[in-house]
Amino acid sequence: MASSLRAYGLIAGAWVRASMTYRASFVAMTVGQALITLIDFAAIAIMFSHIDELGGFTLGEVALLYGMSGFALGAADLLMGNTEQLGRRVRDGSFDAMLVRPVAPLVQIAADQFALRRVGRITQAVAVLGWGLAASNIDWSVPKVLVLLATLVSGSVIFCAVFVLGGAFQVLAGDATEVMNAFTYGGNTLTQFPLSIYPAEVVRSVTFIVPLAFVNWYPALYLLDVEDPFGLPSALQYASPVAAVLAAAAAAVAWRAGVRRYRSTGS
Amino acid sequence: MAVIEVTDLRRTFVVRSKGGRLRRERREVVAVDGVSFGIDAGEVVGFIGPNGAGKSTTIKMLTGILVPTSGRLHVDGLDPSRRRTELARRIGVVFGHRSGLWWDLPLRDSFALLARIYDVPRDRYRTNLATLVELLDLAPLLDVPVRQLSLGQRMRGDIAAALLHDPPILYLDEPTIGLDLISKARLRDFLRDLNAERGTTIMLTTHDLVDIEHICRRVMVIDAGRLVFDGDLTALQRVGGATRTVVVDLETQLEPVRVPGTTVTRVEGPRQWLSFPAHSSAAPIVSALAAAYDVVDLSIQEPAIEDVIRLLYAAG
Ligand SMILES: Nc1ncnc2c1ncn2[C@@H]1O[C@H](COP(=O)(O)OP(=O)(O)OP(=O)(O)O)[C@@H](O)[C@H]1O
Ligand SMILES: [Mg+2]
Repeated sequence: MASSLRAYGLIAGAWVRASMTYRASFVAMTVGQALITLIDFAAIAIMFSHIDELGGFTLGEVALLYGMSGFALGAADLLMGNTEQLGRRVRDGSFDAMLVRPVAPLVQIAADQFALRRVGRITQAVAVLGWGLAASNIDWSVPKVLVLLATLVSGSVIFCAVFVLGGAFQVLAGDATEVMNAFTYGGNTLTQFPLSIYPAEVVRSVTFIVPLAFVNWYPALYLLDVEDPFGLPSALQYASPVAAVLAAAAAAVAWRAGVRRYRSTGS
Repeated sequence: MAVIEVTDLRRTFVVRSKGGRLRRERREVVAVDGVSFGIDAGEVVGFIGPNGAGKSTTIKMLTGILVPTSGRLHVDGLDPSRRRTELARRIGVVFGHRSGLWWDLPLRDSFALLARIYDVPRDRYRTNLATLVELLDLAPLLDVPVRQLSLGQRMRGDIAAALLHDPPILYLDEPTIGLDLISKARLRDFLRDLNAERGTTIMLTTHDLVDIEHICRRVMVIDAGRLVFDGDLTALQRVGGATRTVVVDLETQLEPVRVPGTTVTRVEGPRQWLSFPAHSSAAPIVSALAAAYDVVDLSIQEPAIEDVIRLLYAAG
């Protein structure tokens, strides 16, 4: 584990150093990313000029949901987003090279082309989250602070697990980027809004199948002292770390199975 | 002592091809079909065979990239696919048709990163890098991103990258593919010296039989997933029924000459071609010729291994 982290740092460091050669473009890209994502939130804010509530939640509360989900996806994308490239790596054969180095291939693919500019998205999410926390009426307590912090970590782990799961599919199929994007970016878009606007089946599947509801929805209900509109047990509201551990374990199993069934290419 | 031990190694691939409208045909391709061999430390082994014979698949199992369908294999005492990461420190791998280097990083950065990943001690890295840069003539390329290197330059970079951590075992899958004659010759010399000086065990696949003649003492021939020959070059020639040829220029034009143990395959004016089994000595033939005829000039042609292999394949 420690050696994997060290290797991640080494590879990511080499990429950061290489990208710093073009410092100006690095700054431009980071600012650009933050601006693009700000516009993204502006769209939601504009929607609220016509309505006061969405699924029973105010603009501030939606910002809270949006920020939590955005942070989790942003952090996961920074750390693991490059697993998107696995399909290409498998097809052009360069995944083979990763398998013969003394570092877990997942670490190598994740750290490959590490791009600090992805921090732009996290910055934006933190800004929206901060505003959301201030604008929604939260009755603060120590457990609530802990749940918030634990959720940010757990949410990131859950999205990382989704990236790894997608990576395992790509190792097997040589392609599946679209499927994976549907779960990561699609999942992020889905959870930007209060789940109360969706049918119960959707909520059940993002609770029990792909546990994206634990990235923000359940902990937000707890922070805001809102009754679960679907009447699910309130224990779920503290269960994000459990969901994260389960998701990570499932992803690890899938990844191992994927690598053992890896076929390489015929050339 | 055997550093590579392979027993009854098999690997199949399930391929699905579109057959008909919705139905997909499921077919099993046997890439490696019950191969057994052992390689001792310090050996240089050439692994040859026609396209699709199973060479790359075997190498991929030996490195841990592919999990065997069945059979046993040990490399330096480890089961490659189960202890892949651990084994990686003890082997160097070069795939001729793809690079193991980071495409967008300059060669120098790739090397430095690899040295840290493999925990090569700093001064060891410095001396290794200096040696490899000199032997492989890499100095002018160090600051060039890998994607800008030519095929031959990249290959040299890849070979250096595979050797920075002093692996006792080196696998090369078609390392001379696409190289010009001079680069090939230099690479062969380099590999031969590497084996002589460091005792590195080398296993290489190639379609260029000159590679084998120059660096490999032992040849394994694989065909349709089965090992059809394993031994030294001369033995391969014997098995294949290869022949050598004495080309003799006589004083005058004659009927085909009669020399025991040879057959005349061609006559062109005073010049005649006498073939004899590749493994027998040319000396008695030459002296018999000289004793019975007026010989002006004489030369001996070695068999081309291509022909030997063709004979071997034909014999099945
Ligand atoms: N990933 C794969 N999926 C399906 N079939 C494969 C795969 N890899 C190899 N094969 C099949 O296995 C057989 C052996 O292939 P392999 O690449 O080992 O041959 P090779 O001896 O290296 O040939 P070449 O000289 O052309 O490189 C071929 O029939 C090939 O089509
Ligand atoms: Mg091959």
